[in-house]
Amino acid sequence: MNWIIRTLTCSVGKKLIMAVTGLSFCLFLVSHLAGNLTIFKGPKAFVSYAESLHSLGALILMAELGLLVLAVCHICFGIWLFIGNLTARPVGYAVKKNAGGRTLSSAIMPYTGLFLLVFIIIHLITFHFADRGGKDVYYLVHTTFTSPGYVIFYLIAMIAAAFHVKHGFWSAFQTIGANHPKYMPVIKKVGLVFSLLVGFGFGCLPIYLSLS
Amino acid sequence: MSKTINLTLKVWRQPGSEAKGAFETYQAKDISTDMSFLEMLDVVNERLSVEGKDPIAFDHDCREGICGMCGSVVNGVPHGPQKATTLCQLHMRHFADRDTLVIEPWRSRAFKVIKDLAVDRSAFDQLIQTGGYISANTGAVPEANAILISQETAELAMDAAACIGCGACVAACPNASAMLFVGAKVSQLALLPQGRPEAAKRVQAMIRKMDELGFGACSNEAECEAVCPKEISITNIARLNRELIKAAFGSPF
Repeated sequence: MNWIIRTLTCSVGKKLIMAVTGLSFCLFLVSHLAGNLTIFKGPKAFVSYAESLHSLGALILMAELGLLVLAVCHICFGIWLFIGNLTARPVGYAVKKNAGGRTLSSAIMPYTGLFLLVFIIIHLITFHFADRGGKDVYYLVHTTFTSPGYVIFYLIAMIAAAFHVKHGFWSAFQTIGANHPKYMPVIKKVGLVFSLLVGFGFGCLPIYLSLS
Repeated sequence: MSKTINLTLKVWRQPGSEAKGAFETYQAKDISTDMSFLEMLDVVNERLSVEGKDPIAFDHDCREGICGMCGSVVNGVPHGPQKATTLCQLHMRHFADRDTLVIEPWRSRAFKVIKDLAVDRSAFDQLIQTGGYISANTGAVPEANAILISQETAELAMDAAACIGCGACVAACPNASAMLFVGAKVSQLALLPQGRPEAAKRVQAMIRKMDELGFGACSNEAECEAVCPKEISITNIARLNRELIKAAFGSPF
């Protein structure tokens, strides 16, 4: 067991945890987005999707617990790395320019991450742990998105998510060692398209609902 | 005909590693554009010496771009604005008359400032001592075809071995990480059959040492690759990661 702890607590090991949990969240985002988009088929389709999810019973509970474990790992190791990286340069530069590697999405990675954490907590309180008072989930979603403040907050969070995914996706492949001249250009493109899908896919929901 | 330019330099001056440092402003007058950056500093230092002032301490040795000794951060970029160039090979024709240049030492917890722009990079030596070698008897030159290595593999290993250990990667990294340096050293040996027997031990030991020395972790921002005077690719970092996975999960220790 010693070797597992030794591996996962070294700097590359911590990054491996970030990569594996991050890629798992990418898979989760695909299923979450696919489910959410049923809203375009009308309230009935959306409610029946939600009900069929809940009817899974123990399975959905296990999936939720799995996501919770992944989230705790991603957040804790992320913060651990963030603090470690901040202390690695105690005296900063008076002038620092990007030499060409850094992008906006890579530079704001810890901040989009922390913002998404706040978003996810509020998101769960609003939709997951909400007392719906006998009303269906479509009613809850629809009434929530009538508040312009929530819509703006949601949209900002989705922009943050898109930026986080844009760097995170290819970065995860690099961390697990999958940087290959044949595949990396494709991985980067897929990451970009996926981040746009996340941003626009989730982002179109509150706009559609607040207008309809 | 060479042109001359006048520059304003804002140079980090620090009398010793524990002393407090500050920026000092100097005028570099009548600098020939054919001069290298270090020759420009020589000119400034000559005048400082004549005036009885302490000249600016900076690292330098071969001045041919191959030893890895020189390097300062010029206007926020390690080794200055020219790609794939060490500071000694950066010529003053890349600057314009009346430019202001801010010159700072490499900044990292693992690299202490010795004086002014001179930085202690013995952390890199410690990393090499931890695993940047093979334990083989040297002796006579081996027969050329005894170990077959494809030309492509030899090229990849040579690309990694081009690292001169200047430390610009650490200086440029937002996290002051040494992953490109360690990635290059691990790669040059892992790619060749002579390096394989110790590959698993090497990668684990070097990463542990890197963490212990206070370098940060990699965020895959690729700033290191952008400033590297030898254009070492971050695919070497991916290889380092791969080697660690292989070593941790595959080796018996």
